[in-house]
Amino acid sequence: MQIYLPIAEVSVNAFLLLGLGGLVGILSGMFGVGGGFLMTPLLFFIGIPPAVAVATEANQIVASSFSGVLAHLKRKTVDLKMGTVLLIGGLAGAALGVQVFTMLREMGQVDLLVKLCYVVFLGVIGGLMFFESLRAIRRAKAPTKPIVRKHRGWIHAMPFKMKFRTSGLYISVIPPLVVGVAVGILAAIMGVGGGFIMVPAMIYLLGMPTKVVVGTSLFQIIFVTGFATLLHATTNYTVDMALAVLLLVGGVVGAQIGTRIGLKLKAEQLRILLSIMVLVVCGKLALDLLLQPGELYSVGTGTGH
Amino acid sequence: MLALMTLTFAGLANAEEVVADLSRDEVAITANFDGSDILIYGAVKREEPPVGDAPLGVIITVSGPNQPITVRKKDKRYGIWVNTEAVEVDSAPSFYSIAASGKLTEILDATEDLRHKISIPRAIRSVGAPSDVQDAPRFTDALIRIREADDLYQRRDDSVQLFDETLFSTTVDLPANLVEGPYETLIYLVRNGKVVDRHAASINVNKVGLERWIYDLAHDKPLIYGILSLVIAISAGWVASAVFRYIRF
Repeated sequence: MQIYLPIAEVSVNAFLLLGLGGLVGILSGMFGVGGGFLMTPLLFFIGIPPAVAVATEANQIVASSFSGVLAHLKRKTVDLKMGTVLLIGGLAGAALGVQVFTMLREMGQVDLLVKLCYVVFLGVIGGLMFFESLRAIRRAKAPTKPIVRKHRGWIHAMPFKMKFRTSGLYISVIPPLVVGVAVGILAAIMGVGGGFIMVPAMIYLLGMPTKVVVGTSLFQIIFVTGFATLLHATTNYTVDMALAVLLLVGGVVGAQIGTRIGLKLKAEQLRILLSIMVLVVCGKLALDLLLQPGELYSVGTGTGH
Repeated sequence: MLALMTLTFAGLANAEEVVADLSRDEVAITANFDGSDILIYGAVKREEPPVGDAPLGVIITVSGPNQPITVRKKDKRYGIWVNTEAVEVDSAPSFYSIAASGKLTEILDATEDLRHKISIPRAIRSVGAPSDVQDAPRFTDALIRIREADDLYQRRDDSVQLFDETLFSTTVDLPANLVEGPYETLIYLVRNGKVVDRHAASINVNKVGLERWIYDLAHDKPLIYGILSLVIAISAGWVASAVFRYIRF
């Protein structure tokens, strides 16, 4: 069934959009990532104009993250306190990131920088996670004594300690704030919610348990992407409600299913799957940069940029 | 515009005139819009029987709203493919269909084409490329190639049926990915490669119903639209969660 999208001004298959939404929703619920870094290229591919794809994607992520968070809240796997701290850092970082983005745009080649950012970050994060999880799985198979979580001396030496009961942590608020700011900056430059950076950061830098990480990440993504939706809608008029509704119907259902799949998996299995997904996207983007494209020219409406 | 046209053709004494109509002059874009066919038909009105041996040709163009366009080209720099050069096309039709009763290049002179801007390359207006771009025409060629692949530019030789040098008709397929606005339809009569008469009509392409409402709200009240989008997203998330809890999956 073809449907005409009022803002994107293209006609696409409605079932295709429902399917895409569902698929990305499942990943979102499983891994606590918004899925923007997957969905945006897919939307480009089916012919949605990039500006509309990015803005509408933000709106859809609000829905699937909210759906996912409710499922996690019921299982008490959301650290609201940690989420709020990360969010405060994240919003400050996003504001800073928008400034950086404007500066880079004036220097030109911002597209290239965004793509290189993607390849480098996805590659590094995906690679590190993959090998770490592989080691963890091997360790789990070998019947050895349980590993004691290493205490990070410098993190524990910091002031302003706070108790994060859900995560079972008693640490300074400075590391989560810094992580939030860093992710916020990157998210603003790369135009995504930042879940795929936030999740590994929470696991490896803050030492949060994987189960709690997913819900907490989704919690802060709701606010970041909700804010982004409003900004896009008021400044660029690029949020396509019809497109968003089709994607989010699939997305919210997918997120519920994804959350349940995620809870049945072991933490290291979850991490290794996420790392494989991140590496696949990274590889695809890298190939786009390295291989000669079939069509050297591209057409954009409007002038400038 | 009309006066100018009359002036232009007054010199030709209007030995032959076009009388034409469209099967519809309104295209409504609804939610399930997936393209539309428009039949363009008409006749040639003459005061006296045609003179000379040059055959009559009919060219019919339909042109969507003009937009400024940026065409970018990728090049290999430091081992990776990046956008390097860009050419801004001042005005290119969002849709352009050209149908002719024969081969366009055979029935129409290049100078007449230039004057009336009939063929696809002529319909695209590009004032100047930046001086550092060497092969600017290749950017326009690329634009045409990409839009032809999307069915937005249609070059259709031999697709106007012409009977007894008097009656003619053709069908234009409007694809689903249309932009709103007036679509100018022009019918040219040509003899000896020269345009002897021209008739203009307009097809209005408009969003209607829900499409119209969403589009207007997004542009007139963006904040309300943004909030509404968020409300829909949040409630959809909540409904899905509630439903799944109910069915205990």
